[in-house]
Amino acid sequence: MAVMGTRMLRKEDPKLLTGEAKYVDDIHAAGELWMGMVRSTHANARIDSVDVSAALEQPGVVAAYTGADLAEGYWIAPLPCAWPVTPDMLNPPHFPVAVENARYVGDIVAVVLADSRYGANDAIEHVVVMYEDLPAVTTVEVAASGDALAHPDLGTNKAYSWALDPDPDAVQAALDDSVHRVSARFVQQRLIPSAMEPRGVLAIPSPHGGDITLYSSTQVPHILKVMVAATTGIPEHSIRVIAPSVGGGFGAKLNVNADEILAVALANKLKRPIRWTESRSEAAMSTTQGRGQVQYIEIGADADGKLTAIKAHIQADLGAYMQLITPGTPLLGSFLYTGVYACPAFGFVCDGYFTNLTPTDAYRGAGRPEASYAIERGMDLLAAEVGVNPEEIRRRNYAVGGEAFENWESPSGLVFDSGNYRPNLDKALELADIAELRAEQTRRREAGDSVQLGIGMCTYVEICGLAPSRALGDLGYAAGGWEHATVRMLPTGMIEVVSGSTPHGQGHETSWAMIVADKMGIDPAHVTVLHSDTALSPLGLDTYGSRSLAVGGVAIAMATDKLIEKAKAIVAHQLEASPDDIVLDEGNLMVAGSPDTATPIQSVGFAAFSAHDLPEGMEPNLQEQVSFDPPNFAFPFGTHVAVVEVDTNTGGVDLIDYIAVDDCGNQVNPLIVEGQVHGGIVQGVAQALWECAEYDDHGTPLNPSLMDYLVPSPTEVPSMTVDSTVTPSTTNPLGVKGVGEAGTIGSAAAAINAVVDALSPYGISDIEMPASPQRLWRLINAAQEGAST
Amino acid sequence: MQVGMTVNGEAHEADAEPRTLLVHHIREAVGLTGTNIGCDTSSCGACTIHIDGEPVKSCTMLAVQANGADITTIEGMAADDGTLHPMQQAFMENHGLQCGYCTPGMVMAATSLLQENPSPTEAEVRQGLEGNLCRCTGYHNIVKAVLAAAEGE
Repeated sequence: MAVMGTRMLRKEDPKLLTGEAKYVDDIHAAGELWMGMVRSTHANARIDSVDVSAALEQPGVVAAYTGADLAEGYWIAPLPCAWPVTPDMLNPPHFPVAVENARYVGDIVAVVLADSRYGANDAIEHVVVMYEDLPAVTTVEVAASGDALAHPDLGTNKAYSWALDPDPDAVQAALDDSVHRVSARFVQQRLIPSAMEPRGVLAIPSPHGGDITLYSSTQVPHILKVMVAATTGIPEHSIRVIAPSVGGGFGAKLNVNADEILAVALANKLKRPIRWTESRSEAAMSTTQGRGQVQYIEIGADADGKLTAIKAHIQADLGAYMQLITPGTPLLGSFLYTGVYACPAFGFVCDGYFTNLTPTDAYRGAGRPEASYAIERGMDLLAAEVGVNPEEIRRRNYAVGGEAFENWESPSGLVFDSGNYRPNLDKALELADIAELRAEQTRRREAGDSVQLGIGMCTYVEICGLAPSRALGDLGYAAGGWEHATVRMLPTGMIEVVSGSTPHGQGHETSWAMIVADKMGIDPAHVTVLHSDTALSPLGLDTYGSRSLAVGGVAIAMATDKLIEKAKAIVAHQLEASPDDIVLDEGNLMVAGSPDTATPIQSVGFAAFSAHDLPEGMEPNLQEQVSFDPPNFAFPFGTHVAVVEVDTNTGGVDLIDYIAVDDCGNQVNPLIVEGQVHGGIVQGVAQALWECAEYDDHGTPLNPSLMDYLVPSPTEVPSMTVDSTVTPSTTNPLGVKGVGEAGTIGSAAAAINAVVDALSPYGISDIEMPASPQRLWRLINAAQEGAST
Repeated sequence: MQVGMTVNGEAHEADAEPRTLLVHHIREAVGLTGTNIGCDTSSCGACTIHIDGEPVKSCTMLAVQANGADITTIEGMAADDGTLHPMQQAFMENHGLQCGYCTPGMVMAATSLLQENPSPTEAEVRQGLEGNLCRCTGYHNIVKAVLAAAEGE
């Protein structure tokens, strides 16, 4: 029975809908202690003294530590950065608790352990810390100026300079020779990822057994296990990491955090379970943030508007320290500054700077939304310069003329697996009814309507399926990009899949069961998926970079194929036939053309288990495993159209419609694909219109709660029209590409293009994100004043 | 202080510090962890429960204020035989959840919404759920689920 491509309801839903699912904060251990962190209130300061004596007097307090107390005997290495992007990258040591200097508001300066949640929170108020303020670096442009130093001992704020710029002179010459040139500065503001489940940890030691179990709200239990070993010195085989139900991640749970290492180190030392759950306000400091770039892009084109050169220079705000993939995150976008377009000359340079703010790291899209924003805003600027509409400038520049292609070498050197851009654009414009929208826009403009209409589009491409291990090695990343899967048939014929990739809302239990059931021709209800526990699933590289399906799902498909081959050999032996003659049809193995020989594949589980009559030399049991290392990335693409109303009296923006046509290759479950796109779109639009982590000049967070940080509610967004085209990937045998980040990558540019389109009659050609009412009101008023003087 | 309440039809009595938030009491003293905590400013609605039939963000109340109350949490929504509540079923059928963390509060708020307004428009559903945040779904399928539940689909 065909399962692939159906809208099967999710297997994980009943436990999530009934409260049965367990997140970290739902899990308790006897004798547990609650950890409370004292966090620096200064963005850059010498720590003169830390006094925990009063905290120790508080009821229920068991221990309290300063950074100096923990400097010896708790860890053997600083918190890890897995991505030294250049050999000479600066990477100041980052220990879980600061000793001499606090480098951002939120840096941990002391830790308290108490026997209750409230007790720990009370006690941290009794820790007295004396600071000596240093000038704080609170923006990347201040960092680049060098007027203040985030880490004075480094003597510079620049951590690295990384280039994908083989021939800068040629790029400059091509720009200089261009008929049309546009240039722009875009600001990618910092975002607070805001997964609905705050992060949390619970470390449970086994004092006599010598091992330790860490529950963490993480996307990366496998990576965390290795890094806990490398950081604490606890042998790797004594560590078990479990990510129970995880309430969203969006890249911000793709890390090795101070709290995780602290909990393990203290549990190991005190021989008691240690727990911590961040509060939402704490999360604005204690969890990595997204984006944080200033981008400069220059685009050249010939008289027809065909691209001649693109040059991008970005300044990346790394924050105070290098977290797991902080330095590499902006570079994930480097290959996409030419988007879906043919362009003969391209150069990219990224300078990474330290600031005295919470570290940045991966956030849904990680480098790629930023790149997509720059090129797609840039293409709109070019369209205006050339005097054609936005879709026309895109059509003139699509790779391979917008025709279907396989294995096209893009300007950055990466080979795009497959694409077919023009039909995708046409479908989106048709769904949006672009002609009618433009007619309505004209009507409003001519009537001088105070509410103007704007239509914005974005035709994005992204890099998914992270990643070919060799490619990661070339980029300086410490680990590989393979994924592991095990598929086993139990004696009763039921199937267990062991997944190396780790879900936090994506529905792996459903999609993986569908892949296996489809291949075997069995009921997906007979397949269960084990994941997110390093004892059950010892090998894996987890979930980020839209890799789960395109790498992990493919591994599962390949392991299933191997298992079917072994089952065929067993049945051939039973039927005294050649394995080559055995076919699998609707869940039955049989000699081709002889339906009377039909043997349910699920019956082979018992034959393999009992092992009474297996082919000579065959090992018992039906279990196969595959580590799949993809030969290339996958390159999903799509067209997004945002429709906004802008109230020119108030500056208020209302997103009234959104149309997305995404192409993520073959789809396992369109229901899940659409859900990923919906959520991604709103997250990207939220960057365009509402969200921004704000700081004052001293580096103090100004909006560290959900009262002030504008995560959209149901009233801010409309229902969306989501459709797709299907261009199978050539990178993997399933033809799949990945869709987790697509919505976010296409939507910020589409939304801002729409707002700019609405206001173009005022001569407004760019708007910084978020396009808040205040910002728009000022721009509109300035334009009107300019016009009247 | 001793605090007594009926939770999902069962009487429950426990000691609570006067400052204990109701949500912590339910999660840690009553031991029902389906009600989640997503913020500390009563902004996200993940902790929504029903108190005497009314939807309440259980982080905005003290446990002692709920003394004598009749409380329903997400664990009390499905039938004893495991059959999902129609709202839970609608969320499942419309893929109205991904990570599931906002879901218990969302289901509780949506159920109350339909009690007050059995046939809401899309705009009324969005307005009615304004106090509940979700980061995964973009609300599209949540709204669809609530409208489907209202239609009795």
